[in-house]
Amino acid sequence: MSNIKCQCGHENPYGTELCEQCGRPLSEKAQQSEIVDMRYEGSSRRSQTYKSSIVDKIWNFFSSVKIGVSIIAAVLIASAIGTIFPQKFYVPAQTEADYAEYYERLYGTVGKFYYELGFYDMYNSWWFKVLIGMLATSIIIASIDRVVPLYKSLKKQRTRRHPSFMKRQRIYGEGDVANPEESLSKAEEKLKELRYHVKTENGAILAEKHRFSRWGPYINHTGLIIFFAGILLRGIPGFYVDETMWLREGETRNIVGAPGYVLENRGFILENYTKEEAAEVFGAALDKVGNIVKTYQTDVTLYKEKEGSLPGSDNLEKMQDYSIVVNKPLKFNGYNVFQMDYKLNELSTMTFHLMNKSTEKSLGEFTVDLSNPEKAYDLGNGSSVNMLGYYPDYDGIKDGEPYSKSPIPNNPAFIFQMNTPDKPDGEKSFVAIRQTLEVEENDYAVKFASAETRNISGLTIRKDKTLYILLLGGIIFMIGVIQGSYWQHRRIWIQKNSEDHVLVAAHTNKNWFALRKELDKVRESAVLPAYKDRQDPELDKQEQEGDEK
Amino acid sequence: MDLVAVSSNLLFVSFVAYLVATLFFGGAIKKSTTEKAYHNSKWGTIGLVITIIGFLAHLGYFFTRWAASGHAPLSNMFEFTTAFGMMLVGAFILLYILYRTPSLGLFALPIAIIIISYATMFPREVTPLIPALQSKWLFIHVITTVIGESILAISAIAGLVFLVKNIDMTKKSKQRFWIEAVMYTLILVLGFVVTTTTFKVMNYEAEFTYIDKNQAPAEITYHVPPLFGMNEYEAMTPDTMTPWLELPPIINAQKLSSLVWAVAVGSVLYLLLRLIARKPIAAVFQPLAKKANSQLMDEIGYRSVLIGFPVFTLGALIFAMIWAHEAWSRFWGWDPKEVWALITWLFYAAFLHLRLSRGWEGEKSAWLAVIGFVIIMFNLIAVNLIIAGLHSYA
Amino acid sequence: MAKKNKKTIRLISRTVLLLILAAIIVYAITSKDKVKVLAEGDKAPDFELVDLEGNAHRLSDYKGEGVFLNFWGTWCPPCKKEMPYMEDIYKDFESKGVHILTVNVGEPKVKVELFRDDLGLTFPMLWDKNKTVMDLYNIKPLPTTFLINPEGKITKVIKQGMTEQQIVEHLESIQPK
Repeated sequence: MSNIKCQCGHENPYGTELCEQCGRPLSEKAQQSEIVDMRYEGSSRRSQTYKSSIVDKIWNFFSSVKIGVSIIAAVLIASAIGTIFPQKFYVPAQTEADYAEYYERLYGTVGKFYYELGFYDMYNSWWFKVLIGMLATSIIIASIDRVVPLYKSLKKQRTRRHPSFMKRQRIYGEGDVANPEESLSKAEEKLKELRYHVKTENGAILAEKHRFSRWGPYINHTGLIIFFAGILLRGIPGFYVDETMWLREGETRNIVGAPGYVLENRGFILENYTKEEAAEVFGAALDKVGNIVKTYQTDVTLYKEKEGSLPGSDNLEKMQDYSIVVNKPLKFNGYNVFQMDYKLNELSTMTFHLMNKSTEKSLGEFTVDLSNPEKAYDLGNGSSVNMLGYYPDYDGIKDGEPYSKSPIPNNPAFIFQMNTPDKPDGEKSFVAIRQTLEVEENDYAVKFASAETRNISGLTIRKDKTLYILLLGGIIFMIGVIQGSYWQHRRIWIQKNSEDHVLVAAHTNKNWFALRKELDKVRESAVLPAYKDRQDPELDKQEQEGDEK
Repeated sequence: MDLVAVSSNLLFVSFVAYLVATLFFGGAIKKSTTEKAYHNSKWGTIGLVITIIGFLAHLGYFFTRWAASGHAPLSNMFEFTTAFGMMLVGAFILLYILYRTPSLGLFALPIAIIIISYATMFPREVTPLIPALQSKWLFIHVITTVIGESILAISAIAGLVFLVKNIDMTKKSKQRFWIEAVMYTLILVLGFVVTTTTFKVMNYEAEFTYIDKNQAPAEITYHVPPLFGMNEYEAMTPDTMTPWLELPPIINAQKLSSLVWAVAVGSVLYLLLRLIARKPIAAVFQPLAKKANSQLMDEIGYRSVLIGFPVFTLGALIFAMIWAHEAWSRFWGWDPKEVWALITWLFYAAFLHLRLSRGWEGEKSAWLAVIGFVIIMFNLIAVNLIIAGLHSYA
Repeated sequence: MAKKNKKTIRLISRTVLLLILAAIIVYAITSKDKVKVLAEGDKAPDFELVDLEGNAHRLSDYKGEGVFLNFWGTWCPPCKKEMPYMEDIYKDFESKGVHILTVNVGEPKVKVELFRDDLGLTFPMLWDKNKTVMDLYNIKPLPTTFLINPEGKITKVIKQGMTEQQIVEHLESIQPK
């Protein structure tokens, strides 16, 4: 595997198709072709040359664009399959058995296979991650393998190219010109006017513009890799917080996932659009659809533990009042708190009468705050009610005692002691919704009068230190992709070959239409031989016909 | 006249203008024998002027509707699809000015017309925004995505011109079959427009109750005669036809009925056209594409992918992620619409790699561009109507 | 010679890059927990809570002594079951330098007092009104008990109810030497 020495004297690396300096075709394939393959300037891509060890074989595998496109296709197909049925995280189920049952019940046999093949959790499956990893590997290796030789050969290119190189360009023309020197200097002037960088070398011109667009793909690939790296970092604890919590109206609670911060819910608002606001514009839609929600809003107060105090000490300082609505999260110290969900109408207070059973006369009423009940309620005139037992989520009697299955006041029950001037020792009564139990017949009873409810706000807490990395990756990708797509690397070679013989050739990596237009402009001001676009035979035919008309 | 009415009138004006402009581009091709001559054809210039007038009226529709509702009209299927049609015309104008090829207009404008007609089949009332959409990103994200997608769609149209021109319609081949399939699909969309409009004019409605997939009772209204019934359906409107078949709860029989109607009417339409023309529809259009320069169409197709891809990336992925983070607390959630935007992006990335590194030019590239358009339309139509996710605002 | 060198460098650099990439993929597949959960061997984070009488307790007050930190709720049957066991022995262990601290996870204060009086409990019951300490210790199931040794390290996390015998053994395990 030795270097190839070109006739011009330049030593090219093994595998080079076109001499890096003069452009002479070196490989047999290049020598036989009519139009030379200009991708990567015919430079030696390392992947295609060394095939000795297993490491080199793996390297070459990932360096191949064919493999890269195949991986893209695989990711594409896998992603598409993942959208056929809802993914796991959109399914209301808890256990694996529930999931299996869900897919089979709704989607039959196909659903069963979908579940069993793991497609129901496609994007978290190990093989989807492997595919993404292979894609990243392919991007890195394929870029390294191409950018280095491309850079070298663009740097080494010489102004005067060998005629065999010129002849194999897609745009090429040759012919005798009366005054070649004048043509060349006029062409040089015009090319400079067209903002080309022009280099001359005894009777040869190389005009080049927008070479930087060649680096676009490598820059956008770098952006993608940074993006992937950002996603990877989210797996490290501390970089990424994603929690949810329910916060009742009036409740103050430590923020899950944000140590040191406490949030108070001062009220949850759900508002619908009304016809009065804009009957003319929205009336028709409101008639058709019914209610359309205008706002979900939680009014909150944010507190922070004071500097130097310990968690739990309740030594808080107020930071701010804020109204969290959809699209406007509460932001503090890298955290975002989002309005995500709500539940309406949970019991919050219950009001009771203390009543004489026989006369049905009320001795007064008292209100129990279900999240913060009191030990005793004084009704005045020597009457009072003591709280002996409180069961927020009453679920029957267990082991001879009332039992609450959760701390949430879904079905509150109480044991009250009623003290009245008649019965100063008090009577006991068990009171639940639509149920009153007495140990022995009482004279008095606690009767339910009314209840109030409150709403619960579902909040999501996020902190994502990788967002800026992701954004940086996105920006670099955009720069690269714009640079590579909106500019084209154009080159025009003009050279005096012998006395009066002039050769013209041109190349661009895309947008040949514009290149031809520019070359036409050069030909307007300098006498140059006519050229042909050898991949567009229709053009010449049509031009001739057009001229005849 | 209030703003909403002005707005719909302007949309109608633009619709008519596009129809007329199509005729002029046709004239431009008829009148000139070569590419070079028709580059500077008067007919073409008049066509362009009328297209621009139509486009301005279309922009007028957009901004008057914006003024009326107070939000960018990009919040439901009607508004989104109309904007897509508008930007398609905008992208065409841009490329026409660059390349001056009437044959592109002759294919681009009818497709824009079909898209706008399709859009008007959806509810057109101005709807107030639900909380998730109340954001400046609604405009930024959606308009960028629409612009990107419409530039990418131009590449499909250039590809279509290339294929119609270059496929040998006299011999039986895979290519001939598939290009005819593309034509047939376009006619099916017309079939949908025809059926929907006919039944709308007739004021057809049939209400049913049924049991949904969560075993809960529900109601549904058909706007076409119910060929298929929902799970355990019961008719509430008297004198409606009895559905042929009752379907399981996961299939929306109402949508399937509309689809079957559209396919049936579209197929009849197609057969009629075939009978009149006595040759494949693609062959009918072939003379109109004949004068286009293949290399130039290839170039336009490639360049519109190059121009559209970065815009699409910015709108459909980057802006989408930023907004998703603001509204839903995560920048990416594998919602079907998101996934299909990613699929579109991956597809065009593969397109560019195949073209750059593996030399897929000409016919192969044209086919890829057409497939890309199919994916975009799938994301626009099928994902909203079939695979419901967070984006199902239609 | 130079050529041989170049070849070796190439082989090494390619191998290293491929190995790094492979390691990253394996890491991406295997990493699951994004939240750091307190585990055995970690230092127990300090906190300050008041008991039902209003006396403040800091974990750091008990430095050099063992702490049996029990999180509980009134509606949880196993929590209720182990309360009397603790009541029986807490005084004995207090003199041996091991303290039982129970933390109620933010229920209404009256509810906790009724519970205490019902069972006749006399050890200090801390009240985590805002659920701050509960979040700090990542409490999911109840009861959860942390054994904290005199050095302030967590030696064991128990996520279920215990018998009296088990409680005694656990208390002995964190007794200062």
